[in-house]
Amino acid sequence: MARPFIDKVVTANDLREGDVVYLTETNNWTRHLSEAEVLQDEATAKARLAAGSGDVLKIIGVYLADVTAAETGPEPRHFREEFRRTGPSNYFHGKQQRAENV
Amino acid sequence: MYKYTQFDTDFVRQRNAQFRTQIERRLNGSLTEDEFKPLRLMNGLYLQLHAYMLRVAIPYGSLNGGQMRQLAMIAERWDKGYGHFTTRQNIQFNWPKLPDVADILDALGDVEMHAIQTSGNTIRNVTADHFAGAAADELEDPRAYAELIRQWSTDHPEFQFLPRKFKIALCGSPRDRAVTRAHDIGLRMVKRQGLVGFEVIVGGGLGRTPMIGKVIREFIPPAELLPYLEAIVSVWNLLGRRDNKYKARIKITVHEHGIDKIRALVEARFALLRDSFQGNDQRLLEQIKTGFAPPAFKTRPLKAFDQHYGSNRVFRDWVDTNTHPHRNDAYAIVSISLKTPGKTPGDASAEQMRVMADIGERYGHDELRVSHEQNLILPHVHKSDLGAVHKALQGAGLATANIGLISDIIACPGMDYCALATARSIPIAQDIAKHFDVLKAEHDIGELKVKISGCINACGHHHIGHIGILGLDRAGVENYQITLGGDATETAAIGDRAGPGFSAYEIVPAIDRLVTAYLQLRTDRSEAFLQTYRRVGLAPFKTALYPETTRTGQANAA
Repeated sequence: MARPFIDKVVTANDLREGDVVYLTETNNWTRHLSEAEVLQDEATAKARLAAGSGDVLKIIGVYLADVTAAETGPEPRHFREEFRRTGPSNYFHGKQQRAENV
Repeated sequence: MYKYTQFDTDFVRQRNAQFRTQIERRLNGSLTEDEFKPLRLMNGLYLQLHAYMLRVAIPYGSLNGGQMRQLAMIAERWDKGYGHFTTRQNIQFNWPKLPDVADILDALGDVEMHAIQTSGNTIRNVTADHFAGAAADELEDPRAYAELIRQWSTDHPEFQFLPRKFKIALCGSPRDRAVTRAHDIGLRMVKRQGLVGFEVIVGGGLGRTPMIGKVIREFIPPAELLPYLEAIVSVWNLLGRRDNKYKARIKITVHEHGIDKIRALVEARFALLRDSFQGNDQRLLEQIKTGFAPPAFKTRPLKAFDQHYGSNRVFRDWVDTNTHPHRNDAYAIVSISLKTPGKTPGDASAEQMRVMADIGERYGHDELRVSHEQNLILPHVHKSDLGAVHKALQGAGLATANIGLISDIIACPGMDYCALATARSIPIAQDIAKHFDVLKAEHDIGELKVKISGCINACGHHHIGHIGILGLDRAGVENYQITLGGDATETAAIGDRAGPGFSAYEIVPAIDRLVTAYLQLRTDRSEAFLQTYRRVGLAPFKTALYPETTRTGQANAA
């Protein structure tokens, strides 16, 4: 029996700044996982990954990351993705710092 | 200190100018990422989890106050106000932006620094004993040879596309402080019939297949050093496996073919190469050596130092723990701990860098070193200045007296930064250091080297820690495996795996049980953890680590 599909988002790093970004439904790159487009089947995920990969002047290192859908938006399933959307644990740097500044 | 020649300056400027245009072409789409990636790696630029990371070489760990001040400027202007000193005597900036990198490299070039070959499948930054030129037990300062190797290996046309990265380390003392036995090539200075030369060790390394290097040549005189190194690297360049990156390092080549076959191939290649080095390398070496002349040591009374040492306990503890014997009895080698409990091992703020630069200039003959243990060294401090140095360090939060103790932990950046990591290292190091700091027990525990890596690539040297900790991803949860009995010195050994791993919450209590067991097992305070381990073996430590399992096992056996 085929394993059930796990929801995904397309993620990458911003070419200029290196910051973690996610692909939205409107083909933009957002800095917030909560705004990412959640992909719910294999074919869509592949197609969106291909679409995102073409954006070579904006991003680098594009891939699919597993998420769980929640009321506030997608949540990471793996701790690596949790660190990517937050920042390091030894300093209040990265996304967590910018979130406070907003 | 070595001073750049006009050739060095022009070379770095030209290289930076090339990379500037390569960045521009990447940003305007003329270069794809596949085309750009090898170019950025050759210039030390990685992409990590949250940002780019720029790895800057500090050749053989030596730098002066002006260079340290420039690193502080870079940290503040283009990064987040700090830098991370690494186990290969580099400094890493964790937050540079791609359009700024060319300016950063130019700023480094202004102070005779660069990031060339700090990544990629090339000969990497040459490392050396951080006490070089100062240690009381040293035969000769190895840094002139290290600089010769740096110049030979930089942009070497034959060695820009090696099967994998290649790391060389040198040590000039019988006491190996440069981990020469865990490098692709380790050069350990030895004396034969009054002549200084090198024992050549090959095929050491850590990572997923840890190996202690093997002696390929017991003695190579300085005049034959470069052709012999070239022979080794060129034999491996042809023989090394390019079909599988995990089997490409020279340690695997030596393991698969055997040291005797490799030695025969190297000697044959050396016989061909020897005459092509027609003495230019030796003339260059003599020029380089003038840059490493010892400083003009001061002669001053030591009475004030003796009085301060006798009357101030905090100062005395710091001197006893953080200084080492200097070749000049009136001097000391000072280790500045970058391991304040609770802080990130190896990190220094821009302000701390400036303080260290000032102290180095004022009291240390303008010399600083980076140690592979992620601390900073003032190699030449007159003992009469130790009081002032200690006071200045206290004011900058840099006077922690813990060198060689359990809180002086090597830790790689781990999953807080590194794209390759499988678990975090830094919080584990912070928790262990804080735990033993609260107990005020580490001076009683004595010498104990804890080394933590956040993945099997072993940048945190866990295999050669007295206690090694390896962070892994076990079914989506961080899990930490312990190895015991590793050794980074001239008696190098790979640690033994203790058993199943521990969660992040379990690891500090596990380390505490190990230390408690050691305190009970040691003959007396003079027997360090590693000596006790070698005397009693793994079993009693395993019992301490896994009390439940051991009890269950005994019950089952009964």
